[in-house]
Amino acid sequence: MIEFQNVYLGLSAVLFVIGAIGAITRRNAIVVFMCIEIMLGAVNIVFITFSRANQSVEGIFMVLFVMAVAAAEAAVGLAIFILMYRKRGSLDVERFNLMKW
Amino acid sequence: METLEFVIPALNIKAIMPQIILCLTALIVLLVGVFSGREKNSQLGYLSLMGVALALVSVLLFSGERESAYSGMLLVDGFASFVSLTVCIVTLLTILISINYQKFFTEINSGEYYCLVLFAAFGMTLMGASGNLLMVFLALETMSISIYVLAGYQQGREKSIESALKYFLLGAFASGFLLYGFALIYGATGTLDITKIGTFLNAHPQILHTPLMMGGLALMTVGFGFKVAMVPFHMWTPDVYEGAPTSVTAFMASGVKAAAFAALIRVYFIALDSLQVDWTAVMWAFAFLTMTVGNVIAISQNNIKRMLAYSSIAHAGYLLVGFVAGSQLALTGILFYLLSYAFMNMGAFGVIALLGKQGEEYTELADFRGLGFKYPLMGLAMAVFMFSMAGIPPTAGFMGKFYIFSAAIKSGYIWLAIIGVINSVISIYYYLRVIIVMYFQEAEQEVSMPAPSPAIVVALVLAAAGVLLMGILPSYFWNIAQNSVFTFI
Repeated sequence: MIEFQNVYLGLSAVLFVIGAIGAITRRNAIVVFMCIEIMLGAVNIVFITFSRANQSVEGIFMVLFVMAVAAAEAAVGLAIFILMYRKRGSLDVERFNLMKW
Repeated sequence: METLEFVIPALNIKAIMPQIILCLTALIVLLVGVFSGREKNSQLGYLSLMGVALALVSVLLFSGERESAYSGMLLVDGFASFVSLTVCIVTLLTILISINYQKFFTEINSGEYYCLVLFAAFGMTLMGASGNLLMVFLALETMSISIYVLAGYQQGREKSIESALKYFLLGAFASGFLLYGFALIYGATGTLDITKIGTFLNAHPQILHTPLMMGGLALMTVGFGFKVAMVPFHMWTPDVYEGAPTSVTAFMASGVKAAAFAALIRVYFIALDSLQVDWTAVMWAFAFLTMTVGNVIAISQNNIKRMLAYSSIAHAGYLLVGFVAGSQLALTGILFYLLSYAFMNMGAFGVIALLGKQGEEYTELADFRGLGFKYPLMGLAMAVFMFSMAGIPPTAGFMGKFYIFSAAIKSGYIWLAIIGVINSVISIYYYLRVIIVMYFQEAEQEVSMPAPSPAIVVALVLAAAGVLLMGILPSYFWNIAQNSVFTFI
């Protein structure tokens, strides 16, 4: 049983790191958001793996809620992206520098 | 796999009365906003005000009971009531400020705006009451998603949209870390219930220092760090606070901070109590960095909203000092501080929201030149709030800092308390600068204040009264906070 668990945890760790690095380094806001979605996908894999290993259903509920919240977040996020694109004509995150410290 | 037994939990309406009222009011305001014409819309603010006042009353009526409702999803105790009280006061003041602010920014004058404010307040009150990591996540997202929209509400101002975009991307990024932390802790303990995690860890000390627990703790700290603006994770704060509409900034700075700290305390002091030695060491460093960086950068700011953003980072640092101290006394201090910070912060932003004209606002420090004598009452109010933030007696800010630092000394964190005191001395410089600019410098350009609506006058009087009352009669508020903490652990 330990084996199956480690394979999936490894997969999710790799996905999470890919998502996190992508979110930090990519310049297009939509790609950054896609990377964040990859991170949430990685989280879901962990929850399902442990739900199976611990023989408890709580993890599966959590996955359902994470997916629902991610959808709500996407709706708001895409609206903000559209607003930004109309205003600026670009979604390059490095060009958002109206405010500087 | 255990079989799913569908049991309808006992409907305990009393436990979530404030939340029900907030949610219903939000929906009603939204509907009224859709069906009434533009000209009737000034009533929307007063309608939502009524809802929040009702919620406040129900918080006061049902406080003092301790129960866990909905299969442990919610812990309705004194702590939750105190957080709800703080959130309701913040929301009340936010709406009062918005009623005036909508004169300069007409897009705020809509049902959606007040609806989102109320939904965010709904999420905040739930964060203080959540007894399950699932609930923490859902409440956090209810609050955050509403505030992403609110931050970008001024669609004509590029800064506002930029701040919404930054807040959204970093907030979602932080949620990813927080969730991964939750997942690892779920893996180690087999449950998401905060109380059960605590008892499980107490019974099985051998799993405390496994990679799973340590990784979970680290990722969770990063996630919460973004939400409360601890220093290595604070970079979004100044941009978002500066760009968002002033009424929303006030709401974010006071409300989100109170709710995030409430969830932080719940999770760390109940679920991860056995790991206190480990996370105290990390939080010590965070507290030190957060106070110092916040205060030092605030000195060089010329935009008053940006300055208050850095000052809010510094205040998060003071709160973290109490968090590190970790005693009953320190937790009481944190609750007291959150309430006093709510009053002074809402007041300061309220004064900023007074100045403005159609679609434009004056937030540069230079715009405040000479205003102290031109508008004596406004100047006086601002002075009270600045003195309180700097921690000068007899104001709420002084008592809050006094309680937190003395709790830190009693718990043996003398150095941290000394650093905290040095930091509040540094902070006096930039708070007093606002007063000096207001009273001792001549105005170069005429900045005139449009006639304030009665709503904002009420808001400023309430905030100033709160600041002074908490400073002069602290024991009354201290007792309330203390009773809240005693029912908590």
